Amino acid sequence: MSDIDTTRPESGSELAHHQEQSLDRFENPGLPPHIHRAADDDPAAGKRAEKQVATLFGLSMLATLVFMVAYFAIPDESTFYLPGVGLSKTQNVVLGLSMGFALFFIGIGAVHWAKTLMSDEEIVEERHPQRSDDRSRAAAVATVLDGGANAQLGRRPLILYSLTGALGLFALPFVLQIAGSLGPVNAPEELKENIWDLKNNDGKPIRLMRDPEMTPIKLSDVTNGSVFHVMPETLQKNIDENHGVLEAKAKAAVILIRLEPDLIKVQKQKDWGVDGVVAYSKICTHVGCAVGLYEQTTHHLLCPCHQSTFDLPDDCNVIFGPAKRPLPQLKITVDDAGYLVAPQGFMEPVGPSFWERSR
Amino acid sequence: MSTINDTRPAEALRDGDLGAEQERADVKPLGGIAGWLDDRTGGAKPTSHFLKKVFPDHWSFMLGEIAMYSMIICLLTGVFLTFWYVPSMTQVVYDGSYVPLQGITVSDAYRSTLNISFDIRGGLLIRQIHHWGALIFVVSVFVHMTRVFFTGAFRKPREINWVLGTLLSMLACIEGFAGYSLPDDLLSGTGIRAMNGFVQSIPVVGSYVSYFIFGGAFPGEAIIPRLYSVHVLLLPAVLVGVFTAHILFVVIHKHTQFPGPGRTNNNVVGYPLMPVYMAKAGGFFFIVFGIIALVSAVVSINPIWGYGPYDPSPITAGSQPDWYMGFADGALRLLPGFLEFQTFGFTWSMNIFPGSILLLPLMWGIIGVYPFVESWVTGDKREHHLLDRPRNAPTRAGIGVAGITAYTVLLFASGNDLMAIKLQLSINDLTQLFRLLFFVGPVIAFWLTKRICLSLQRADRQKVLHGRETGTIWRYPDGRFEEIHAPLSPFERWALVQHESPEPLRISAEADENGVASPLARVERVRAKLSHFYFSDRVAPPTPSELEAAHHHGDEVDESHLLTGQHEAIDTSETSDSSSTPRETIKADRKRLT
Ligand code: HEM
Ligand code: FES
Repeated sequence: MSDIDTTRPESGSELAHHQEQSLDRFENPGLPPHIHRAADDDPAAGKRAEKQVATLFGLSMLATLVFMVAYFAIPDESTFYLPGVGLSKTQNVVLGLSMGFALFFIGIGAVHWAKTLMSDEEIVEERHPQRSDDRSRAAAVATVLDGGANAQLGRRPLILYSLTGALGLFALPFVLQIAGSLGPVNAPEELKENIWDLKNNDGKPIRLMRDPEMTPIKLSDVTNGSVFHVMPETLQKNIDENHGVLEAKAKAAVILIRLEPDLIKVQKQKDWGVDGVVAYSKICTHVGCAVGLYEQTTHHLLCPCHQSTFDLPDDCNVIFGPAKRPLPQLKITVDDAGYLVAPQGFMEPVGPSFWERSR
Repeated sequence: MSTINDTRPAEALRDGDLGAEQERADVKPLGGIAGWLDDRTGGAKPTSHFLKKVFPDHWSFMLGEIAMYSMIICLLTGVFLTFWYVPSMTQVVYDGSYVPLQGITVSDAYRSTLNISFDIRGGLLIRQIHHWGALIFVVSVFVHMTRVFFTGAFRKPREINWVLGTLLSMLACIEGFAGYSLPDDLLSGTGIRAMNGFVQSIPVVGSYVSYFIFGGAFPGEAIIPRLYSVHVLLLPAVLVGVFTAHILFVVIHKHTQFPGPGRTNNNVVGYPLMPVYMAKAGGFFFIVFGIIALVSAVVSINPIWGYGPYDPSPITAGSQPDWYMGFADGALRLLPGFLEFQTFGFTWSMNIFPGSILLLPLMWGIIGVYPFVESWVTGDKREHHLLDRPRNAPTRAGIGVAGITAYTVLLFASGNDLMAIKLQLSINDLTQLFRLLFFVGPVIAFWLTKRICLSLQRADRQKVLHGRETGTIWRYPDGRFEEIHAPLSPFERWALVQHESPEPLRISAEADENGVASPLARVERVRAKLSHFYFSDRVAPPTPSELEAAHHHGDEVDESHLLTGQHEAIDTSETSDSSSTPRETIKADRKRLT
């Protein structure tokens, strides 16, 4: 044991080990005798190994050939039924298998070659402590110190300070350029905006439209238990201009459901709906996925991302999951033509929380 | 001992017979080319030194290789993808050959990814190799990391390389997330949406950071181009740089080896790079690449045409990220909503922030500092080039398994909806169970692992002292049956007896008296406690005199040298802390304070 653990370069530490080098330890017996393989002694076995390796390399060449032919021969649209996998694109399967085998057989061949024919006698290489000797260390420190002295850093502090200042400051323009140009700085205000706001429709009530057809919805269309995915009429402007569509949708998505009026527990919820038809923001108050799953029997709205569950008859309060706040409700009524409209926008920011949300 | 180094020394291989080598320098054409190069670089000596470098052999050393090769495969296939992929969120009408989506408005990024899949011959294969390569890259990095952890390969002088590896594993996950987002399909878009929610949850600056990242309101038109330059330029450059340093350190330190006859802390025993490792490692690259290509040929991955383009309004059930981001997703599912609160009208989203933005640096931070914590607790400042068998470091093994358990609980939690459906359980119950498991699981795992390691050590002792079971049963004249145990050869025995089994550090009485109030003494007391935690349960490695005693015991039974090993558990094997002498005394020297 003592022989083996002699390299303990670092003993300067006050916690250096003096593990009692008990003499009562086993001795390292040294490398075991080398056992010869078949191909080391038997020329026939060696010849066999050579042929095996060459066969593997040959198979690789064959697979490459298959790839070349398949690349031109198999049409793009051809598919076939691969057992255990399903309908597969023929081209992908054949190209992939031939490329895979072309690579695989090279690998297997090389490893087999190494294992059967190359020397398997183990070699011993010495290790040396990682650290340099004390003189080299001292010399390195001295070089730096001498260099500093030569540059007169210590004697001329003015240079040191001004250089530090210049080096510290020169990065600022880069930081400023990036920070200043990455994005607008009115984030907190913009996060609260929503195209359901009547100011986007000259103060007039905004019609509820089917998503993605953008057709208006009659109260009578909303039968019991049916679910409508809704966008505001104002979205049409974005669509026509092909500008900011997804940004608007990311905050405007609404889900519209008819409940038995008796089920509704909260008076505000009843007042903001029409005959049990209620509209809620579809953007999860957790991190913003679309709350798209409605369970007819329990009247729960479920977010598929982290399973926040909102109780529709109870003003969409959270009954399970990581979201904290209920989904905001959108007040709706019926206009003269019989279509559903929102007479006011959302009364709070929709979607995930942010620092300035309730300011 | 000197015999070990005399048998087949590498240095002798290197020195060589100059006269004989001189002739070989003229071999055509290699000698000519090598000469031309050496005239201009002087590289002959380092090259031949490098080619004769010795690498020890063990299956677990291939894990890092798999990581390296799958990264290279991602680099190669990634370049191929950049030729056709268009990093743009401009909305266009799809007119490619995939019929179900024709006429639908999609982003340019999504359209170009569809084109790679359907209209570029072999493009789908390359996409699938790229994605499978990425998954295998991240898996192998993690498994490689556990190998390094459990064998103690992170100990001095390799701490820097552990930190670099930690960094690599984090970058790999982020690189994967960035790439996964590029096709701009419904699934990955939902991932970006969630990422936006994470960023918004940062106290004070969240709203601004979100607007900076997205160049305005989510989703905007900037995020895909920005993720693209991060994915194909910034992170690959950093990954390759850090990886190069990582490998350079392996060369500088020389690879660690498992304990075995002839292997010491002062040598490396194995095969030379040229030709054995060249063939094995080179061949292994082709095997890894080949297997990834075979998998990509038959198993479809990320079929984005089925998800549709990103749109904030629709959603698919069972939305999940790639597996390596699953633990963060799981953490988000477990954090209860009541953690969000307001002060002075400002919103603290503590149901989101800790599980997303904070979790990543926290987890990798803890992993990164572990070597320094362990060496501080154990007071071990020596170089270690021989690996620990995991059982011989039971507390470390326990900590590792506890960490893996916590991680696994989070990972499984990210599939709680799928599990609830498959197992017909209530998702509420499952979530409660996971919350409980996150705290209890690691404790149980720690305890269990440590017990298993200690039992394995005891089994090793038995084997050394009483020999290996032969399966042969002897019947004695008096009717007794006994299994015959064959003694181990010194070669077999060595790996089981060579390890150290340290005892806990103790504070000296001196510190107790003078140092009560001094912070240093307090720190040292914490350290002594931790050391106790690490080492109080220990099984001492068997010694020659114990073996001798066991022999005698055997002789009494049947005069032969066959050992019997069923009774007499050696009760000295477990040294209780109170009876052992302190291995080390910590001096809380007050002078050092002033
Ligand atoms: C080294 C680690 C890398 C990882 C872990 C990684 C991971 C990923 C992943 C998971 C995807 C999604 C693929 C899909 O399912 O469609 C992806 C896409 C992509 N990657 Fe990488 N990648 C890496 C390196 C690179 C490099 C070096 C490049 C370019 C030089 C690159 C270029 C691309 C491109 C252009 C795409 C989008 C094309 C598509 O989705 O089909 N990747 N990456
Ligand atoms: S986004 Fe809805 S639960 Fe997380």
